[in-house]
Amino acid sequence: MAALGPENGPAPTTETPAAGTLQPQAAAVAGSGVVATMNTGVVGGTFWRRFSLRRPLAALIVQRLGLSVGLLFAVSLMIFGGVEALPGDFATTYLGQSATPQAVENIRKDLGLDRPVTERYFSWLGGALQGDFGTSWASRNSVSEQIGKRLGNSLFLAFFAAIISIPLAIGLGMLAVQFRNRLPDKIINVVSLAAISLPEFFVGYILIVLFAVKFGVATFPSTVYDSMGFLERLSAIALPVATLVLVVLAHMMRMTRAAILNVMSSAYVETAELKGLGAFRIIARHAAPNAVAPVINVVALNLAYLVVGVVVVEVVFVYPGMGQYMVDAVTVRDMPVVQACGLIFAAFYIFLNMAADILAILANPRLRHPR
Amino acid sequence: MPDLLTVKNLKIEATSYPPGEPPKTVTLVDGVSFSVEKGKVLGVIGESGAGKSTIGLSALAYGRGGASIVGGEVLLNGKDILTLGRGGIRSVRGCKVCYVAQSAAAAFNPAHKLGEQVIEASLRHKIMSRPEAEKRALYLFRVLGLPNPDTFGDRYPHQVSGGQLQRAMTAMALCPNPELIVFDEPTTALDVTTQIDVLAAIKHAIEETHTAALYITHDLAVVAQISDDIMVLRYGKTVEYGTTQQVIEAPAQDYTRALVSVRQTKRDEAADQSDKLLNIENVSAAYGNGFKVLHDVSMHLPKGQTLAIVGESGSGKSTLARVITGLLPPSEGRITFDGKQLPPALKGRSKDELRQVQMIYQMADTAMNPRQTVRDIIGRPITFYYGVHGAKKTERVKELLDQIELGDRFLDRYPAELSGGQKQRVAIARALAAKPELILCDEPTSALDPLVAEGILNLLLKLQEETAVSYVFITHDIAIVRAIADSVAVMHRGRLVRFGAKSKVLSPPFDDYTDLLLKSVPEMEIGWLEKVLATRRMESAGN
Repeated sequence: MAALGPENGPAPTTETPAAGTLQPQAAAVAGSGVVATMNTGVVGGTFWRRFSLRRPLAALIVQRLGLSVGLLFAVSLMIFGGVEALPGDFATTYLGQSATPQAVENIRKDLGLDRPVTERYFSWLGGALQGDFGTSWASRNSVSEQIGKRLGNSLFLAFFAAIISIPLAIGLGMLAVQFRNRLPDKIINVVSLAAISLPEFFVGYILIVLFAVKFGVATFPSTVYDSMGFLERLSAIALPVATLVLVVLAHMMRMTRAAILNVMSSAYVETAELKGLGAFRIIARHAAPNAVAPVINVVALNLAYLVVGVVVVEVVFVYPGMGQYMVDAVTVRDMPVVQACGLIFAAFYIFLNMAADILAILANPRLRHPR
Repeated sequence: MPDLLTVKNLKIEATSYPPGEPPKTVTLVDGVSFSVEKGKVLGVIGESGAGKSTIGLSALAYGRGGASIVGGEVLLNGKDILTLGRGGIRSVRGCKVCYVAQSAAAAFNPAHKLGEQVIEASLRHKIMSRPEAEKRALYLFRVLGLPNPDTFGDRYPHQVSGGQLQRAMTAMALCPNPELIVFDEPTTALDVTTQIDVLAAIKHAIEETHTAALYITHDLAVVAQISDDIMVLRYGKTVEYGTTQQVIEAPAQDYTRALVSVRQTKRDEAADQSDKLLNIENVSAAYGNGFKVLHDVSMHLPKGQTLAIVGESGSGKSTLARVITGLLPPSEGRITFDGKQLPPALKGRSKDELRQVQMIYQMADTAMNPRQTVRDIIGRPITFYYGVHGAKKTERVKELLDQIELGDRFLDRYPAELSGGQKQRVAIARALAAKPELILCDEPTSALDPLVAEGILNLLLKLQEETAVSYVFITHDIAIVRAIADSVAVMHRGRLVRFGAKSKVLSPPFDDYTDLLLKSVPEMEIGWLEKVLATRRMESAGN
């Protein structure tokens, strides 16, 4: 996202061709005001230019929103196209030994695979926009219903991992800056480096061996059921959350440290030092606000990872989340499920990065308070 | 009664760690002693690298970069602040001693409002309550002549101009009622017309608050206006130390004498200025975003003479140079060279048209490839324009090195192994290598120390006599214009204010802007600032 921004600039003349390829789809589902602004062509051009001069901040944010929506449609196209291009076929996998041409043909007809590609894409996209991802080919259940539960579980896990790891990472980063190149900094560095270097399944198994098997203080497997209470769930996810925290902590911590250190060498930090301020006040009040943008970016990246990239952790801890669901669907070529998971993952990634971009824009005093 | 600040035998060293080599220790300051009385101003003057800032920061027990104070005493009210612990030093900084940095634009935190930053030290050191501090900040904004003092504190650093920021920084230093303020080149980065305002504001504020000050600068004329005593430094050692009057009017040392007389080069203008080697006719130019930076500018330059273009930053003088070189094609008007019209854009010009006009930049550092030797840097245009290679090329490079008074031993050096003045000389040789008719000099001396700059100017004049090359000399320094120009063009906000022979342009009757510009240039004369301010007051009273 961040890389896309500058090229597409605020000037409407460059924005229209950039969004050009996406316009047919965008028009087909017209509804969002953002898409409408992008489509208004020449007339909107002057309006947009006036708007971006008068409210530069709002213009930048609207532009980011527009780009995100455009990107999401591009991704939907790629997911659909990619799944279409996959070798193998649900019908043959499903029928196995008894795959006669006639049976395969019947199943394909059943699933509507005989319709043209464009028609299937638009009906899928139209459904997806209303929250209906169709029916699973394998289980014949509604995909949305199944995903809803799984997504809830994944977000539950990600949420707790995030509220522990983000403050911890930023706090440790600041601590490392304050004691830079001294013992606490070195300890934080080595430990976090070790945690990031070990693959997550290994960290997971070590935690299981230690806490579930040896000391018996944690629950394993971490499977959660509908009937479980909140506290029961919490104790069930303790180990996967710990694993995830260890995995994402180092990245955010090191980025915080680097960003703040970079700011620490600036002239205004010297000014703060020459005002006789305490070390912690210098870091928290004078360095941190100027290091926000890179930190927000790395936090967003890790949040996205927590939602999207936890397949391995879910499998290790037998946790019924989105990742495991998608892997299962891929093995049986259950395309509606694969597409739905892909689109939801992409949406999370794009949304989080967009949020990071917008927050970084808001954190810049030059944009927040124009001359 | 003891002096407020007494520094005895100060010795400051810096350790650098070049990769792959043993650590190197350099002595920055050696055996410097001085003292400042309550309410007095000591001017500290010297070239870059003389250790001025390092000495100034020692009054706050601070070492910038790897610098550390290894010997001597810094007595504040009779107490050595170097022996205080961390907490003790913190209670001195921002409370008893405050610091004003050269670049206020970098020294203010972009994330906070100016007002908050100005009163921060006063609040953190519990010198005053928030309402008291705010009241004092308001008072200081008024004293320093900032616009809309009531709301000035609510602005962010990027919302005010450079001159205003510098004054806000002074307000920040004055706010906690310190006993001593260290001013580190507070007006160097400003235009002359802004400098005089800031200088007057600082002087007024010091008098008003009875604060003592260390005033660090490389400009003797500036320090003469503001200080009671002057200390001249060179290579980290004291050269001369005395009252302002004695140092300016009867310097005892050769080095100080050289500094005092540095602006006294003068050259008479050519009598006949009718020739038009370069003729700029009604040129206007705009940048890609439609922002117009030059409005209908016309001037000309005779062969073998020097045209000085003066103006403040933003006046369009560098843009005019870009238009002449073809880097920025003009939107209107035309440029003729030797009677023929130059194609507006760089791409349309022939190799010979390119050869005729060469350029020297302000920052010689960034205008040279750091990975090429002097031989390659000067040799490149020789090969490019004349197709000369091998021994012949080396011969020509040596000849050029002789011309710029450097000699063969510089052939295989890299730019990093040259001093600032030597780099600028190499840049001149590179321009000369093409045997151009015209050299555009874009502030070639403004990043250099006065004595080095003097050397470069003399070299340029010598080369003009030898090769009859013409110069367009862009500068903001009237003293340089007086020294070397034949004709002068004064620019302001993209328009030509005044153009003609030097004697005409620099003598009355003046237009308002040229008058302001000329009167703002500090002169090496005690009491000059008061005189200028007094005339200004009389004029405004008369109006």
